[in-house]
Amino acid sequence: MSYIKKPNIALSNAPKNELGMTYTDYEGAMSTLCAGCGHDSITGAIIQTVFDLNILPHRMIKMSGIGCSSKTPAYFANQSHGFNSVHGRMPSVATGANAANKELFCIGVSGDGDTLSIGMGQFSHAIRRNVNMLYIIENNGVYGLTKGQFSASADVGSTAKKGEANKQVPIDPCQVAIALGATFVARSFSGDKDQLVPLLKAGLMHKGFAMVDVISPCVTFNDHEGSTKSYMSTRESKREAVYTDYIAPFNEIEVNYEKGSSIEVDLHDGGRVILRKTDESYSPQSRGDSVKNIRAASEEGELLTGLLYIDESQQDFTDTENMIDEPLNSIDHKTLCPGKKALKNLLDSYR
Amino acid sequence: MQPTDTKNPEYYHKVVDCQWGCPAHTDVPGYIRHIAQGEYTQAYLLNRESNVFPGILGRVCDRPCEPVCRRARVDEEPVAICRLKRVAGDLKDDFKPYLPPVPEQKNGKKIAIIGAGCASMTVANDLLPLGYEMDVFESLPEMGGLIRSNIPKFRLPPDVIDEEFDVIVEQGINLHLNHSIESLKNLLNEDYDAVLVGTGAPKGRELDLPGRYDTDQIHIGIAWLESVAFDHIDEVGEKVLIIGGGNTAMDCCRTSLRLGGKDVKVIYRGERHAMKSSDWELEPALEENVDLVLCHSPEEYIVEDGKLVGMRFSIMEYSVDDDGKKQSRKVDEAIIPCDTVILAIGQENSFPWIERDLGIEFDQWEVPAVDPITYESTLKGVFFAGDAAFGPKNIIEAVEQGHQAAISIHKYCNKESLTDRLPHGMNLVTAKMGIHEWSYSNDFDYDDRYEVPTIPMQKRFKDINIEVELGYEPGQFKREVERCLNCDIQTDFVASLCIECDACIDICPVNCLTITENDEESSIRQKIKTPADNLDQAIYVSEDLPQTGRVMVKDEDVCIHCGLCAERCPTAAWDMKKFTLQVPYASDEAIDAAKETKKAV
Repeated sequence: MSYIKKPNIALSNAPKNELGMTYTDYEGAMSTLCAGCGHDSITGAIIQTVFDLNILPHRMIKMSGIGCSSKTPAYFANQSHGFNSVHGRMPSVATGANAANKELFCIGVSGDGDTLSIGMGQFSHAIRRNVNMLYIIENNGVYGLTKGQFSASADVGSTAKKGEANKQVPIDPCQVAIALGATFVARSFSGDKDQLVPLLKAGLMHKGFAMVDVISPCVTFNDHEGSTKSYMSTRESKREAVYTDYIAPFNEIEVNYEKGSSIEVDLHDGGRVILRKTDESYSPQSRGDSVKNIRAASEEGELLTGLLYIDESQQDFTDTENMIDEPLNSIDHKTLCPGKKALKNLLDSYR
Repeated sequence: MQPTDTKNPEYYHKVVDCQWGCPAHTDVPGYIRHIAQGEYTQAYLLNRESNVFPGILGRVCDRPCEPVCRRARVDEEPVAICRLKRVAGDLKDDFKPYLPPVPEQKNGKKIAIIGAGCASMTVANDLLPLGYEMDVFESLPEMGGLIRSNIPKFRLPPDVIDEEFDVIVEQGINLHLNHSIESLKNLLNEDYDAVLVGTGAPKGRELDLPGRYDTDQIHIGIAWLESVAFDHIDEVGEKVLIIGGGNTAMDCCRTSLRLGGKDVKVIYRGERHAMKSSDWELEPALEENVDLVLCHSPEEYIVEDGKLVGMRFSIMEYSVDDDGKKQSRKVDEAIIPCDTVILAIGQENSFPWIERDLGIEFDQWEVPAVDPITYESTLKGVFFAGDAAFGPKNIIEAVEQGHQAAISIHKYCNKESLTDRLPHGMNLVTAKMGIHEWSYSNDFDYDDRYEVPTIPMQKRFKDINIEVELGYEPGQFKREVERCLNCDIQTDFVASLCIECDACIDICPVNCLTITENDEESSIRQKIKTPADNLDQAIYVSEDLPQTGRVMVKDEDVCIHCGLCAERCPTAAWDMKKFTLQVPYASDEAIDAAKETKKAV
């Protein structure tokens, strides 16, 4: 939280993307989160992502529910469309938006409470439907807005600010998502933009539900010794299972990776995801393998990060439902709403 | 890269571009904040400490501070530093009670000061509180030197000079006006402990072309200006040519207009960018309808029957060849009719009164061999300062040389080593007043530089002594002070406190921060989101950060000192700290010596 508004300064040597826009052009309102909040850093990574991908702000929708995390869409891309929904109900609003206009890039921002507690049902069904969106969980392990109670993602033994330890088993959104059939599951850390930005890019360009669980330390209630989601402990426990690079279709870059240790996955937009494994035995294209590895790492006290699972072969929600390609707002009113007679004929066809 | 040593005062000093650019290291942001607070007397005193003549310099300083002002790198035009100084000069109350006291009991040392210009009087000002007895000899009937004789009164009113020079005289020096020193040898035979030569560069350069001595209508600029200043000349021809492209040429042409010149042309042999005159001196001349004629190289004065009727010029063309060498060639000729020519092509040192067997060495241009640090000549106990020392420079340079010469004279009289001088010091105090509150105005807003109001054109030529610039109105300077970016409020970083949350990097409005692996400077400069392309500006590199061993990097170039990095920092690793440069003067040297003596006892 700052008292003055961040001044908008146009420097002649500020880098511009292919649309001629600067990084600053993708910024939003001033954050009212605590100074040092991991969420603000994720906001920075999202801005970097959409800047690098040359996305026109008005071609993007940003969705959220309730919580500290859900405030963040206000802090980036202030020329984009946004919807701040009821607590935990962002996925259904995003699904509707997707159905109405599949041409828009959809970014949903949620938190560990909004996703894993009140919104668990909606989250599961968005995965099941494979809604085409980037779903970011800003995961800090506490309910920050209500003064730091443990959330559903708090680890056993992690202590609250006053020293009390959590006893309940955490829900790991990555394991849940893979088990539920998600087609893109990644984990990262707000304090590591080098890793986070390529993951967000790949996730946004992935056709289907792309979940990125971002450990995002709560600097006010969960950044002390004893917490397993502080800046320090996340840096200590974090292990990168797969290095991820996203190569956009417009970047004709020759990539020279050692054969065998790297996997190339072609995305529907023509871009490529390059995965470099740090561990030969790990396969980010096998569901069983991924869950097994995440569990094993977790038991060792390690936080496995990177693109943990990817499957580009599945259809997304609009394809399985045979929906038309044109956005509904581009169809004339008469076709879209053909009147009582047409409705009667439709109903009659079921009799 | 090695971590930046911010304990060295020069690192933060360089961040304050104006103060770094000012030869006297005036605390510009400091006095601008005083003005913003309505503390005009404090603003004046803060100025006076370093530049001694704020009222004068607020009108006629060469402003080395303004071209380097950070504001010009972020917004379009620099802060009107010079004219804000004039605000302090115009609105101050009686500041004399706040000057350092001058002891009744003198220290028994006697100094001769030759010339009563800015350098000389700075020396007097600095040595007064130390109890020196000083004789100041001035050949003219009034003090001021160049600023009295060569700067027209419509730019610098005499009462402004009087006020700031009289303050020094009133504190107790023996002033001898109309007293020219004819022989340094004789002076040295008197019982002075040290001598300061501050006689400026009084000789205008000659342009000896055919016809030069066939008429009396050709004048040397600075001598002519002096004659005008002392009312020996009160008219000029109608068609006046000023030869030269410096600030003296500007003063000559504007003076000509006020003495009856109808068609006044400034003729310069090169192109506009090669002219030495400052933009702010050329612009008013053009506004007053002076013609600027470029690329005309003088060849001959055309005199008919003892009367000057014109001048012949070669018209030149300039180009740069493939090797980057400048080439010039004559493309044509022109004759410009005129009845008066004023030569403003430079000035030189001249010391006909210094005997060459005294041991003071001179080079072929009559510039004395003076030590650039101590300002001592090759004769022990004889010091030079101002234009007399290294040839013509500017007023603020002369003041700084005066400060340095005063230190040397004091050390010489006390038999201390002249080269063993106090270094710059610094003070760094947090500017934090509350969670989002700072002791300075940190909110940046684009705002154009405010123009200083002037008297209407028709009034200007009625009286040669009427000052053209009126000075800022309160409504203007209160906005102009807000344009200052407070570069002296430094972003101070403590690596051990950083948790690498990236908050400062994300909030920075100019994207001048990053956290990265340490590397070569050229590589680090490109890792910042807005690349640090301005190599004149330093980049800050922290110690290794505790969590990842990476380093915090800051490009000083375009930082607007808004303090958002410090506001966003959860651990106060960043703080905004008020930097004060401690510049030692003669009195500080005296205090330091006293401390040393005490220690020894």
